[in-house]
Amino acid sequence: MSKPKFAMYWAASCGGCEIAVLNIHEKILDVDANFDVAFWPVAMDAKYKDVEAMEDGSILLTLWNGGIRNDENEHIAHLLRRKSKILVAFGSCACEGCIPGLANFSSIKDMVDTAYTTITTDNPDNLRPQPHYQMPEGEITIPTLYPVLRTLEQVVDVDYYMPGCPPESHQIAAVIDLVIQVLQGKAELPPKGATIGAGNSTVCDECPRKRNVKTIKEFGRIQLTHSDPELCLLEQGIPCNGPATRSGCEARCPSAGAQCIGCYGPAEGVVDYGARLISAFASVIDSNKPDEIDKILDGLVDPAGQFYRFNLAGSLLRSSKSAQKG
Amino acid sequence: MTEETKPFEPVVIGFTCNWCSYRAADMAGTARMKYAPNIRLIRLMCSGRLDPTFVFKAFAGGADAVLISGCHPGDCHYVEQNYKAMRRFHLMKRVLVQLGIEPGRLKLLWASAAEGAIFAAEINKFVEEVRTLGPLNWSQPGEPVSTPIMEEVTA
Repeated sequence: MSKPKFAMYWAASCGGCEIAVLNIHEKILDVDANFDVAFWPVAMDAKYKDVEAMEDGSILLTLWNGGIRNDENEHIAHLLRRKSKILVAFGSCACEGCIPGLANFSSIKDMVDTAYTTITTDNPDNLRPQPHYQMPEGEITIPTLYPVLRTLEQVVDVDYYMPGCPPESHQIAAVIDLVIQVLQGKAELPPKGATIGAGNSTVCDECPRKRNVKTIKEFGRIQLTHSDPELCLLEQGIPCNGPATRSGCEARCPSAGAQCIGCYGPAEGVVDYGARLISAFASVIDSNKPDEIDKILDGLVDPAGQFYRFNLAGSLLRSSKSAQKG
Repeated sequence: MTEETKPFEPVVIGFTCNWCSYRAADMAGTARMKYAPNIRLIRLMCSGRLDPTFVFKAFAGGADAVLISGCHPGDCHYVEQNYKAMRRFHLMKRVLVQLGIEPGRLKLLWASAAEGAIFAAEINKFVEEVRTLGPLNWSQPGEPVSTPIMEEVTA
């Protein structure tokens, strides 16, 4: 009997999710024992036309990482949706846009200018990428950028979501175990639309630091502050995104003395990640005077970047006005 | 009138608290004071109940502006929840500005139950200010922004 097929694809992402999959160590042998890898551009050579030739629904499991930034990403998203029984938005980029989604703050022009003309770039002829270019041998093309990055679910139907930047390896291993058990008839799949490989609570819930309902007179950046290793970081004025972030990472950053930056995305029931953090941050400010509140808020250097570092594309507003205009 | 010649009528979502600002609106109504019909009031128990999500959802859903309204500082029915609303308002405004939403599209207004006239006048003023700003036209959630664009620049 032939083994069920497995695929993994990367769109607008950094490749860290692929590394995280390999980080499950010998568990990767279980993947190989139970699946045929049908398509995984990072790990093996395959052509899009090979995928196009497959029967619809013939891939059992596709892990998709990356956001939809250009027409190639979108084309493959539709293609793999058709060919896959189970499509998982794998990692923060696919789930909510992540770091590539931060480009949704800027217009395409600003983004391309930053990449091709800033001082650290050596580009004396001011060259820019062009979607079409005529060569003596014929026209060559590269994928065309869209004005904003979209999450996978904003483009195709998604079966499961697996958050994290990248998802923690022990969580990936647990999900792979579950899928193998399902294949052997020993377990059932979670309901469609579920978030897998993560907790249902917040990072604060797993955080070992103590809260004592303190309020603050100023926000400080962690590298400039001496923080108490036992106490809640937010209550010491250090911008920590734990209150809105989904659990599942075992509060790694706050345990190690760094603030949570929110890579596991919105916690269960949070509609807009940034909005939830605005509530959380506003509630630690110790002032009832508008002027003083404004002064305290000056300590948050980049509030939108703080609140939407991983989540802009998946938020209610999705992008800035200038990005929408192109 | 055709769609082009119609003057721009802003859509303003107003969140009022049950105890002061909604009563102010009620009083304006009872006294037959007229104010701009552009505002759609939503009553909450307290301005402190205002989850910033409501504001983001309003803008994402097509509102041109949002008004947050509650009891005067010191007069909150729930002691000090309106201060919470104030702190959220200040932080929200900074985030919205970074996303390209003009600060004039979000307003905080204190109104007591006796201030029907003030409430009506402030709404009229706000609607006119938003009219000057023009439509926000936020892309609708769910609407694919899929026109591929990239400048054709030659070196």
